Amino acid sequence: MTTQPVVEIRGISKHFGEGLARVDALRDVSLDVFPGTVIGLRGPSGSGKSTLLNVIGCILEPNSGSMRLSGELVYDGKWLRPDLRSLRLEKIGFIFQSHNLLPFLNAWENVAVARTLAGANLAQAKERALELLTYLGVERRQDAMPGELSGGEAQRVAIARALANDPRIILADEPTAALDSQRAGKVMDLLRKVAAERDAAVIVVTHDEKIFDRFDQIHSLRDGVIEGTAENRRP
Amino acid sequence: MNLALKDIRHNLGRFLLTCLGLSLLLGIVLAMVGIYRGLILESLGLVRAAGAQVWVVEGDTRGPFAEASRLPGDMREAVAAQWGVAAAGGVSYQNVEAVHRGVTKRLMVVGAEIARPGEALSVVEGRPVLRSHYEAVADRSAGLALGEQIKLGRYLFTVVGLTRNLVASGGDPVVFITLRDAQKLQFDLTPAAARREVVRSGGASGTIDTVNAIVVRLLPGIDPKRFAQDIVRWKHLAALTQDDQEAVLSRSVIDRARRQIGLFTTLLLCVSTVIIGLIIYTMTIDKKKSIATLKLIGAPDRHIVGLIVQQALAMGVISFLAGAALISAGQAYFPRRVVLQPEDAASLFGIVLVVCLIASALGVRTALRIDPASALAG
Repeated sequence: MTTQPVVEIRGISKHFGEGLARVDALRDVSLDVFPGTVIGLRGPSGSGKSTLLNVIGCILEPNSGSMRLSGELVYDGKWLRPDLRSLRLEKIGFIFQSHNLLPFLNAWENVAVARTLAGANLAQAKERALELLTYLGVERRQDAMPGELSGGEAQRVAIARALANDPRIILADEPTAALDSQRAGKVMDLLRKVAAERDAAVIVVTHDEKIFDRFDQIHSLRDGVIEGTAENRRP
Repeated sequence: MNLALKDIRHNLGRFLLTCLGLSLLLGIVLAMVGIYRGLILESLGLVRAAGAQVWVVEGDTRGPFAEASRLPGDMREAVAAQWGVAAAGGVSYQNVEAVHRGVTKRLMVVGAEIARPGEALSVVEGRPVLRSHYEAVADRSAGLALGEQIKLGRYLFTVVGLTRNLVASGGDPVVFITLRDAQKLQFDLTPAAARREVVRSGGASGTIDTVNAIVVRLLPGIDPKRFAQDIVRWKHLAALTQDDQEAVLSRSVIDRARRQIGLFTTLLLCVSTVIIGLIIYTMTIDKKKSIATLKLIGAPDRHIVGLIVQQALAMGVISFLAGAALISAGQAYFPRRVVLQPEDAASLFGIVLVVCLIASALGVRTALRIDPASALAG
């Protein structure tokens, strides 16, 4: 494991509204996430975990603080890159609660689309997609449409899509919420495998206590503050 | 990877059904333009059929196609005697209702002199009128066959020749007969009425040798405009060149129809714009989550805009082609002539593309406002 964190957050604050209506979603949050680790963000509704995920995903602009992704300072009181979408495309992979596969593309196309958006031609993108689907064990379902995939298969395809551009950061929003405990465990094992083998940092927002033992660290948020961190010791 | 085509393929049935509906609308637009073109061709067809260079008509009138014009028949000789005239012929025009095979038909009867300007020039079957009486050349749209007889007024005419696509501006098929027969048809009275007229006028009978216009062909090198100016000096006559006559007809007869059809076509295009806009908007709303996901994973706006605009254009192109094919296949069944000209189709195609771009604006605006974070919401 390298000592340089992939996600480095310092004093990030985010509030919504002003005056009496002001809600502090994040208050002076600092966090380091290292490559090869899987960390969890937990907390009750409104605790700020989704806001934190959106800030790390460059979807939501914080009000103050600084953020470094893969060593690049991307926020320091303001966004330092004009095009945040290319930043996301290059550095971040997203995994969603309900997989969010594009219903009009089959499995390999859903993976390849992320690659083509980054500039690859279709042949290269397909080759990469098939490689990832094989890596995640769903290569036999490459031509299936999302509606024909089981929940577990769809989530694997979604993970493949998140990995299409070799991001160092993978953000997952309740990726196991729609799965039974057995499938949820398998998805988490996959994410652990991805983190370990691809030297990526995986940040997962979850409520699912059954998978807490799959994280290297779990940060508990309450009222916009990280109030505690639990570590799982690995052999 | 073309996301627009993939999405269309995914919802192919719905997309094609939408295109089918839109194709009917665009087909009607194309038909309206074709009907207008047909109207012009039909209206000018009768004027052009005379093969005239100059029309001599009653003084202070604009000729028989715009208003009533009556001239003494012997004026033809006076006009024909003018310097520069190659040939001149008197013509008359009248609407007649005739019963054919039990069906009442409205016909435009043209009286023309044999072998003189004004007679039927383009006989496609049979021969021109050669006998002085009771022969007719009819347009095919009248439904008459060669050798068939038809009663016009009190007289029975035999069809000896047929023309094609020769109708009046109102769509009535044209029937050519001799000028003398046409005058009799117009002015001859029933025996009872004739006896009454003789008593009323003290035994004097009026002449029926009246024409509506004199059609003039000039010798080579004679300027029709100059000739027309010379004729006008006669005070009791007016003269129009062929171009003037066509312009008069276009202005007085076709202009209102053109505006009516133009307005209707514009309305249909507006309706098409609204329909395409609503369909594209609905399709965009259906893809809200997919668009949010694409934005979240990093798709630039041009991809999102491209997805929507390409679908709108595909819808327009497919609908236009289907509509054009539909109207081409069905144009023979229209009661009036529908003339589909490639340049009209090309112009409408261009307009449809512009309409699609305008119509996609709402969908594009909606798509660009979709928050990528909404992809994360369960």
